[in-house]
Amino acid sequence: MIAVALAPDVSRGAFRVWQRNRDATLRNWLTEFLGVAIEPFAIILALGLALGRFVELSSGEEYVQFLAPGLMALFPMFAATFECAWGSYVRLEMQGTYESITATPVSVDDVITGEILWGTTRSLVNGSYILLVAFILNPWLHMIDSPWALLAIPVGVLPGILFSSISIAFASIARAMSHFAYFFTLVINPMFWFGGAFFPFDDLPGWVQVVGWFVPLKHVVDIYRGLVTGNLEWSMLISLAWLAVATAFFYVLAVKLMRRRLIH
Amino acid sequence: MTPALIEASGLVKHYGDFVAVDGITFAIREGECFGVLGPNGAGKTTTIRMITAGSPVTRGELRVAGLSVAEAPRKVKALLGVVPQDDNLDPDLLVRQNLEVYARYFGLHRETVRQRIDEALELFQLDDRAKSNVDDLSGGMKRRLTIARALVNDPRVLILDEPTTGLDPQARHLVWQQLRLLKARGVTMLLTTHYMEEATHLCDRLVIMHRGRILREGRPHDLIAEVAGPQVLELRLPPAERDALLTEFPQHDGVSVEQVEDLTYVFGGGRASELAAARVGDPHRAHLRPGNMEDVFLLLTGRGLLD
Repeated sequence: MIAVALAPDVSRGAFRVWQRNRDATLRNWLTEFLGVAIEPFAIILALGLALGRFVELSSGEEYVQFLAPGLMALFPMFAATFECAWGSYVRLEMQGTYESITATPVSVDDVITGEILWGTTRSLVNGSYILLVAFILNPWLHMIDSPWALLAIPVGVLPGILFSSISIAFASIARAMSHFAYFFTLVINPMFWFGGAFFPFDDLPGWVQVVGWFVPLKHVVDIYRGLVTGNLEWSMLISLAWLAVATAFFYVLAVKLMRRRLIH
Repeated sequence: MTPALIEASGLVKHYGDFVAVDGITFAIREGECFGVLGPNGAGKTTTIRMITAGSPVTRGELRVAGLSVAEAPRKVKALLGVVPQDDNLDPDLLVRQNLEVYARYFGLHRETVRQRIDEALELFQLDDRAKSNVDDLSGGMKRRLTIARALVNDPRVLILDEPTTGLDPQARHLVWQQLRLLKARGVTMLLTTHYMEEATHLCDRLVIMHRGRILREGRPHDLIAEVAGPQVLELRLPPAERDALLTEFPQHDGVSVEQVEDLTYVFGGGRASELAAARVGDPHRAHLRPGNMEDVFLLLTGRGLLD
């Protein structure tokens, strides 16, 4: 009975919602992708090269090399979050898009699943692009040491679904656009700074490491760091399992909360 | 008799302690335009939300083309075309894309519905706006596009929730004209409205809803004849003068008097109404006119509709 109650009612309708988002995005492809195209260059230049000159790491690597897996985790996270936090809220509340879609054979669960799949798609496009930039700049910056780095693309599906689900779960309880300030201040920003993307986690005090272990982004960064450097470790599988559990939890939560919001 | 396409019996909807719909029963037959008339808060939109599977039924039975809405929501929704009260067109898509993407939600491919979309755009006079942004359309055009969108799946029933609320008179008449055209083509319609004129113009049969209940059901003109009578006398007189005039009316069941603000309505006065109107001699103070749906509502609920 509980299993039935938890199982989302998903059909091909989810794919049709994904198609809707694709069509809507491609209509404004230039505005949508201009920022995506330029951002990695800006941050590699500003943080990796300019700031990096003042940073000396105990591991002996260049800061820009340390930064690479962090960027591969951060930008896709932002892509998924913007799409499924603000974007979904606009479609839910301002545009009545969910209401119009659920009047068709498409269910609420289809809509949420389609939205999450689209957030995941954007995060994958974003992540693949950063990897491509890193490969192109590799002769000069040596950001990628191992072909295992290519595995970051399929692995990226998991954090894509996870961050999309967390965002849409928040969108379903937000009552105003301004509420997203809480989400970004309390959830996304701390993850951005303390997710292990900008400085090594191992040098921090023990209690910070314990708290940090629960931050999903840290596990994404750890996995990518192993893939990019080629230093594969068993702990990466634990990180992967952690992400899988969190993803399943937040996906079901997002569906449940949005059902409560839309069906009454 | 044609079978019922939408059948509700003993339908109840509670929101916590609030009873939004309080045991309503009706049946909509194939090819008819069925109206639900009532003020804001009567339970019209809640009823529609239950039919379109957007709101679970608290109690009672609700079937569309024989299918239970609770058991087969996807199948039921595939048979419906819904025009919601507030336009929820997709502003991220162009006018024609709105129809194509909507058809896709029904599993219909763009090529399959190409001709249907062409016809709908032409019928609703939007063919020259096919590549426009939705936000650039006027209110009337948006409404027409919303109706066109509700037709892309060739629905068994078109459900319209206050289709002309907020439109200017010209836009409203254009929408009415197009709805009459659809009716002539045999499209079954369920329409809610708080405009009496709209209900009288379009509906073959209607129910009057108030505080979650159905007060009366019938054909618009029958209801007017039965409840309001052929003629209504409207009086706008000082109380003393009015009371003196009212004493001259015969005291039997057929006559009823309703007071709304400074207006007095006399229903079923017959010959006495004609005499009274002639005696006052000023149509601004005593106006004799044919009965209408508004009178029906006033008599059934004892108060004005637009309160």
